[in-house]
Amino acid sequence: MRKISMREAINEALHIALNSSPEVFTAGEDIAVYGGQLRCSYGLLENFGAERVFDTPISESAIVGLGVGSAMLNLRPIMELSYIDFLGTCFDQILNQAAKLRYMYGGMVNLPLVIRTQCGAGLGNGAQHSQSLEAILGHIPGIRVLIPSNAYDAKGLLLRAVRDNNPVVFIEHKALYKTKCHVPEEPYECDYTCDIKRTGKDITIVTYSAMVNQALKAAEVLEKEGVEAEVIDIRSIAPFEEETIINSVRKTGHAVVAHEACRKAGFGGEIAATIQEKAFTALKKPVLRVAAPDVPVPFAPILEDAFLPNSEKILAAVKTCLQ
Amino acid sequence: MFVLCKHSKKLKDLPGNLKIKQNSLSIGIIVASDYQHQKVFDKTIIRKRVEIKMTLLSKEQLINFYRKMNRIRAFENEAIELAKMNLTRAAIHTYNGQEAIAVGVCAHLKEGDYITSTHRGHGHCIAKGADLERMFAELMGRKTGYCKGKGGSMHIADLSIGMLGANGIVGGGIPIATGAAFALKYKQTDNVVVCFFGDGASNQGSFHEALNLASVKKLPVIFLCENNNWAISMNIGKSVNIENISERAAAYGIKGLTVDGNDIAQVYREFGNCLEEVRQGTGPVLLEMKTYRLSGHYFGDNENYRSKEEVISRRQECPITRLENLLIQEYGVLPDELKAIASEEKAMVLEASNKAKLAPEPQAEDLWNDLFAQDFENITWQPFVKS
Repeated sequence: MRKISMREAINEALHIALNSSPEVFTAGEDIAVYGGQLRCSYGLLENFGAERVFDTPISESAIVGLGVGSAMLNLRPIMELSYIDFLGTCFDQILNQAAKLRYMYGGMVNLPLVIRTQCGAGLGNGAQHSQSLEAILGHIPGIRVLIPSNAYDAKGLLLRAVRDNNPVVFIEHKALYKTKCHVPEEPYECDYTCDIKRTGKDITIVTYSAMVNQALKAAEVLEKEGVEAEVIDIRSIAPFEEETIINSVRKTGHAVVAHEACRKAGFGGEIAATIQEKAFTALKKPVLRVAAPDVPVPFAPILEDAFLPNSEKILAAVKTCLQ
Repeated sequence: MFVLCKHSKKLKDLPGNLKIKQNSLSIGIIVASDYQHQKVFDKTIIRKRVEIKMTLLSKEQLINFYRKMNRIRAFENEAIELAKMNLTRAAIHTYNGQEAIAVGVCAHLKEGDYITSTHRGHGHCIAKGADLERMFAELMGRKTGYCKGKGGSMHIADLSIGMLGANGIVGGGIPIATGAAFALKYKQTDNVVVCFFGDGASNQGSFHEALNLASVKKLPVIFLCENNNWAISMNIGKSVNIENISERAAAYGIKGLTVDGNDIAQVYREFGNCLEEVRQGTGPVLLEMKTYRLSGHYFGDNENYRSKEEVISRRQECPITRLENLLIQEYGVLPDELKAIASEEKAMVLEASNKAKLAPEPQAEDLWNDLFAQDFENITWQPFVKS
C-alpha cells in the first residue's frame, strides 16, 4: 500500500490530466519554473512543455479570464489561484462570468474550467492568506466547489473535476499538503458525494477539509468514553449531497457541524438548516456548530490557536449536544 | 487628406502643409501612439498607403455596408418601439451612431474568428450575422430567443457565428477575449478575436490585466475600444486625463491607433491593416474608434448630463448620413436607391420583430434547465510514467 502526501497526489493527478488530453493546459502565478507557490505543479513544465504549462503575471482577473475564454473554445484549463483570499482580485470573472455564462446564454456553452486554489489557517500566514471562503463560492449557482480532506480524495476529485464540463473551484487546505494516506498509482475518480469516514450510532459529525482529521480525533476520544460518533466528510460544497447526512442524523438523532471558516453565514449554517428541514423529527437536540470566531485570521501563534476550531472544541460541542 | 500625428496632438496643432478636409469621409483624427510606426513616421508613405487601400472599397461593398448599418439602426429603433409597448424588460442600450464600427470590423472577419461584446451589443451581433428574429425573441424573453429567454438584451451570444457573447459587466469581456485568443493560438490557427468594449471599460482593472497578459503571450486579439464620449453620464474628458485611449497601448508595448469610428471607409481600412498584422502573430493591438452615442445610455435615459444642442450637432457626423453623402457625391448613387435600401432593411427588421412577438414564452420549469452541463467529457486517463 503506497502512501503519498496530498501534494504528491495532486501533482500526480495534474500529470495524468495533462498526459491524457491535449485540451488540458495549466497556468497561474509561479506554477511553471518555480513549481508552484503551492508546490503542487513541479515537473509539469519539464514533462509537458511551456505551451501547456506556463507562468502568468500577477493578474488574477486575467488568469481566471484566460480560463473562461479558453474553456468557451473547448480547451480544458486548470488555472491556479495561489490563495483563495485572492478571490477579491478576480471575483467578477468567477461570480459574473464563469458561473453565469452557460445559464445566461441558455445552455449554449460549456465551461470545462478548473480553478485550483488554497485555503486555510494554522501556518501563520495572517489575515490575507489564511481564509476559508468556500461558503462565498457555494452561494453562487453555476459553479462546483470541491474541498478534499486527504490525498486519496484530492487525486480522485481533481481528475473528476477535469472531466467535468462545468466550472469547478478546487480548494486545497494548506495544512493538509503534507498529510499522507493510501493513494493507488492508477488513475481513478471520486464522486461529488459525502464520504462516511467512520460509522457510529450516537451522534453525527458533519465536516470537511482540515476539520475531518480533527473530527476523527474527537471520535477516537469519544469511543473511549463509550460514545460512537459517525463522521461525514462532505467533500463537495456544490453540489451538496444531503442524503448521506439526513440518513445518518435519522439514525443518531444528534448532529454537530464543524468547519474552519468563520461561523457567521458559514457553510455550516446551510448544513444545519438542511438537517432541521429534512430530519427535524429525528433530532433530539439542536444542531450545534463548531466554527472559527467572526474575526480575521490573526498572526501570533497563541491568537491563531485560539481562532482555530480543533478536536477539543468539537468534543466539547458533542458533549453539550449529548447532555 | 489623411493625418497621422504623434501622440495627442490636436487637429489644430498639425503642421500647416497637411490639408484637412472636415465633414467628409476618410478625414478625421488619426492619432497613433504606435511607437513602431512613429519610428518610420513619414507622411508621404502613410498617405500613399492609405490611398492605395482606399481604392479597394467598391461601390458594392459600400452599399453592402450601408445596408447593414441601416439594418442595425432599424433594429434598435424597433427595439425602442417594443420597449414603449412594454414588450421588453429593463434597459435597452442602443447602438445608434456607432454602426460603422461593428459593420466595418465584422466585414473583415472569417470563419473561426470570434468577437466579444458589451451591454451595447445588438450592433455587433447583427454585423456578425445573428438572426434578427431570435434576437428580438430574446429581447422579449421568449423561449425561441438566442438564450431561451434567460439572457435578455445584454446577454446575446451565438457561438455558431463566432459571437462569444454580450456581457453586462463593463470590462468583463476583456479577459474572456484574451482567453479565447489564447485558445486560437494554442490550436495553431490563424484566427483572431475582436474584443469590443467602450471608453468606460478602459478604466477597469480587467482592461489592464488582460492587455498586459495578451501582450506578453502575443495573443491574436484586437482590443477595439469604441470611444463614444460618454460612460453613462460621465464625459470622456472627465474620466480620463489623456486625449486618446490608444495612448495606453504604449504601456503594454503593443500597437495603438485611434481612428474616426464614424467613417466606415476608415474603420474598414484601418481595422483591416491591424487584422493583417495580428493574423501574422505579432500580438495584440489596441484600436480606438472615436464615435458618439447618439441615443441615451438606455432607452428612457433623461440625459440630464448633456445638452440637446450637443446631440444635434453630433448628429451631423452620423455614420449613416456620412456614408450616404459619400455614395451620392463620389459614387453617383441616387438618393432614391438608398431610400429603397433603408426601406427594405426596415421591412425585414419589422418582419422579424412581428414573428418574434408571436413566439412562446418559457415555462416556469425551464428555470432549472441549462445551469450545468450534465455530461462529463469522455477522457481515458493515461497514467504518467516519469522517466
